[in-house]
Amino acid sequence: MSRPIRDVVLVDAVRTPFGKAGATGLYAQTRADDLVVAAFRELLRRNPTLSPDRIDDVAVAATTQIGDQGLTLGRTAGILAGFPRSVPGQSVDRMCAGAMTAVTNLAGGIAFGAYDVVVASGVEHMGRHPMGEGIDPNPRFVAEHLVDTEALVMGKTAENLHDRLPHLSRVRADEFALSSQEKTAKAYADGVIPADLAPVAIRDAQQGWGVATVDEPPRPGTSLAALAALKTPFRAHGRVTAGNSAGLNDGATAAVLASADTARELELSIKARLVSFAYAGVEPEVMGLGPVPSTQKALAKAGLTIEDIGLFEINEAFAVQVLAFLDHFGLSDDDPRVNPFGGAIAVGHPLASSGIRLMAYLAKSFERRPEVQYGLTTMCIGLGMGGTVIWENPHFDGRTS
Amino acid sequence: MSTGTETASTITDSTIAAAPDEVVTQSLLRIVALPGTGARAALITLDNGHDHTKPNTLGIAGLASLDSAIDAAETAAKAGQIVALAITGKPFVFAVGADLTGVPRLHDLEQARQLSAMGHRVFRRLGELPVPTFALLNGATLGGGLEIALHCTYRTVSSGAGLIAFPEVALGLVPGWGGAYLLPRLIGAKNAIKVIVENPLSQNRMLNPKQAATLGIADAMFEPADFLVQSLRWAAAVVAGEVTPSRPLVDTGAEWDDAITEGRELVSAALHGSAPAAERALDLIDQARNRTPDAGFAAEDDVLAELIMSDEFRASLYAFDLVQRRAKRPVGAPNPALARPITKVGIVGAGLMASQLALLFAQRLEVPVVMTDLNQERVDTGVGYVRNEIDTLQAKGKFSNDKANRLRALVSGTTTKADFADADLVIEAVFEKLELKREIFAELETHISATCLLLTNTSSLSVTEMSRGLAHPERVVGFHFFNPVAKMPLLEIASTELTDEVALATAFAVGKALKKSCVLVHDAPAFVVNRILIRFLGEVIAAFDEGTPFDIVEHALDPLGLPISPFLLLQLVGPGVALHVSETMHLAFPDRYLVSPNQQRIVDAGITRLLTWDGAVPRLTDEVTGLLVVGNSASTAEQLRQRALDAMAQEARLMLDDGVVAEPQDIDLCMMLGAGWPFHLGGITPYLDRTGTSERVTGRRFLAPGVASLPTAPAA
Repeated sequence: MSRPIRDVVLVDAVRTPFGKAGATGLYAQTRADDLVVAAFRELLRRNPTLSPDRIDDVAVAATTQIGDQGLTLGRTAGILAGFPRSVPGQSVDRMCAGAMTAVTNLAGGIAFGAYDVVVASGVEHMGRHPMGEGIDPNPRFVAEHLVDTEALVMGKTAENLHDRLPHLSRVRADEFALSSQEKTAKAYADGVIPADLAPVAIRDAQQGWGVATVDEPPRPGTSLAALAALKTPFRAHGRVTAGNSAGLNDGATAAVLASADTARELELSIKARLVSFAYAGVEPEVMGLGPVPSTQKALAKAGLTIEDIGLFEINEAFAVQVLAFLDHFGLSDDDPRVNPFGGAIAVGHPLASSGIRLMAYLAKSFERRPEVQYGLTTMCIGLGMGGTVIWENPHFDGRTS
Repeated sequence: MSTGTETASTITDSTIAAAPDEVVTQSLLRIVALPGTGARAALITLDNGHDHTKPNTLGIAGLASLDSAIDAAETAAKAGQIVALAITGKPFVFAVGADLTGVPRLHDLEQARQLSAMGHRVFRRLGELPVPTFALLNGATLGGGLEIALHCTYRTVSSGAGLIAFPEVALGLVPGWGGAYLLPRLIGAKNAIKVIVENPLSQNRMLNPKQAATLGIADAMFEPADFLVQSLRWAAAVVAGEVTPSRPLVDTGAEWDDAITEGRELVSAALHGSAPAAERALDLIDQARNRTPDAGFAAEDDVLAELIMSDEFRASLYAFDLVQRRAKRPVGAPNPALARPITKVGIVGAGLMASQLALLFAQRLEVPVVMTDLNQERVDTGVGYVRNEIDTLQAKGKFSNDKANRLRALVSGTTTKADFADADLVIEAVFEKLELKREIFAELETHISATCLLLTNTSSLSVTEMSRGLAHPERVVGFHFFNPVAKMPLLEIASTELTDEVALATAFAVGKALKKSCVLVHDAPAFVVNRILIRFLGEVIAAFDEGTPFDIVEHALDPLGLPISPFLLLQLVGPGVALHVSETMHLAFPDRYLVSPNQQRIVDAGITRLLTWDGAVPRLTDEVTGLLVVGNSASTAEQLRQRALDAMAQEARLMLDDGVVAEPQDIDLCMMLGAGWPFHLGGITPYLDRTGTSERVTGRRFLAPGVASLPTAPAA
């Protein structure tokens, strides 16, 4: 039996406002699964022609799948959100690329014909589940020198990247970080970011109920001088600071994907068309390099070159990791095609949720930039991996940019 | 801001102090963004700091906290910082009403009025702020909680909110913090009477969220998953003028009059003037249409103060506490850890009572239940009855199909008691004949294990006699259910001198698993409920036999507000059964329990139906009247009532002196849960105390002043 591969489209993507992890953070007393439910409810509300019983699968990513991030979130969050019992669900993990992997896994199922419409999602409540909670690395990693212990501390891998590419200085990292803050502030002022936020009811035993409507992490007033004064927690006299990295954050994202035919049948919006995707591995000690080979693979599969890409959404786990990517592909640090609405350094990076935030941002750019045909979302992944998804702009008007 | 440190000291218009043990519901105030707009609102969360098992209530310190939060909101509103005030509850609970723990201490009318007035003063501010106010009913909303909501400009309700009601009238109060004034003006007199009067008098029926929305109590309903966010979005749309909630049109003319008339008829038929709260509520509703808020709230203060200072209300509070607390923790029950597990139940008998028991045990214990009787035909009838009942309940949607299959498979029948060999509990439900029951127990002992619990469902025979001569009399316990078994909440558990702790603990564990309220009774003729009822009926019937006219007999007890009249009770129990129990009781206590010759004649004639109705008015059937031989010594209603009350006081005192139950509280609990006697009587002993009956007849009260009545002297 042979069958055609079906086109996969991104219908819509939303996220909760992101919070700072910790006892005083926005979501300090809010459950991770409730964040996912808030995103699901908003997603369905925004797409009233999508009857929930048409959802063929729900995949929710989380890095630490215990407690309120355990119990097969794809199923439990679906039930909590009021999806019909007939809608199945699963959980996914590829650390920071969890939501990206949820999207590509399900997209593969759509292309194959197993699904018509799916919900992909990611969540990380790093306040309730600090990085490394409950991990139990095999002693062979160290004994057989399979992975350097430093590779488990992401900040140290970022310092390693500065070592490998010495021309990527702290100053360049801080300048990039400042730009991320400034672009985020502008995107807020322009209403780009708030448009895709799902408000979340938050309760605090001491303060009562509240509502999260905006991101907590951005520092719009920061300056190069302020960034330069920050400590380097991962290495004495190092280069990686809290200012030129993403923080520890809480938040959830969710997206609807569909086959192009189903999107038309159900009169769903089409915000991006999936072109190709790829994942690749690198040395775990310099995990920030991951997006380079994954992008090369994805471009090759799509028959495209880097010159064909008009918009880049690169996750800013660390400024140096973005700079390494730009450096490799010969893009300048302030290339306007890169992260036009800012990125994780400003808005936050709740690990497994970020992949879908990148797609939501790219979709916003596609709407505004009909002259762009292709864009990509890419991110580095713990233990030395990268992931890249290439998308085509459905609003592309055929002009050459 | 938190108002946690504020106390009653901030109240300037009141001299009443907060109860030292008040669990204070704080009003936590937070300024929030209204989603989707640039506007901000004040959001108050009612939260007593406990989880939903201890719901929010409103005492004096709680009112003060709300007052302070409203102060802050008012300041913000006047400064233009907020466009709305919203108020909601902690998870699963909005607020379930006034904190009544301090009420027994209130000892004069002025204090009671101050408590009423303080509620009004604080709550009405919610309707008088310069910005619109929204009550977001996220969970249980009762009494004062619902009044908070009614003072607000708008209300949303969560479809998962659980119960919404004004239960005040059931407790002998009125919704006197604005409810009786505001609700009829919002939804009309007819629906307001349903909520405020009719529902509390109908086993305290409550509204679900959909009903609250349909009645117009809530303007909008949202699902629980994102109730707060959607409510705030809706509030933002209302503030922006994008949404205008539609409200019921209220006719304050003829419709209002008719509703009041109907309400008064209903109350009179149910209570015969025995408890004032329902009538006062109707007075307030009647007048609400023409009153200003000031006048309406002042009238509520007067009524509430009067009712708080009434014995009916104090007895109701006592009764409520018994039903809520004592019924759940039976006094005198052994350590539950001693109980043996029950994995299989045997039932001797397959008649109607046995079949009802089989269904109950299967449904609640979810273990195999085997019914036995003399022949296969009887067994099949009994098992068939149970399966039919399961079918009926399944058709009504009470169980899923899987559950129904499970239950049907659990119930089986046999003609050999050898099938009880592995049962952990066997209950007999055969005809009320001591010899028969003794034989059955003796036969059972040849089949069952030495530890199998043996229960008898007798209503009047001696459990002690039944266990005499058995190899293991220590495992025999009386288990007296009330008809209909599925509905009546009471289970009298009777122990004998020989019953051991393990058997008794197991009996209580089973009773709890059956979801019954258990009361420990020491084996004595007819236990508690029937002993009182039969004594009381005996006196009533004797007065009738002496020549007191039917109408006087039928209505002499009306001032008590009992659920049914004496003759109707006799008909429902069945003249034959009642006669049989009277005879048993007469044997036990020949001086006090009489056997009526007229009753004997009725039973001999095979008559089971005593009454016929001319419209709503009952009278004895001609067939019955033709049989009667009555004397010519008529009692007045007053004389008959006193005679009946005197008899009950005597019987209750004897039961306490003989140690049948531990305390008067147990008698009262039994009368409320087993006979449906009303809260305003406090069961029965508070009423016997407040009418002076107990002191006159027995020389002493049952309960100290203040326990279920107004205190005699100011509390410290």
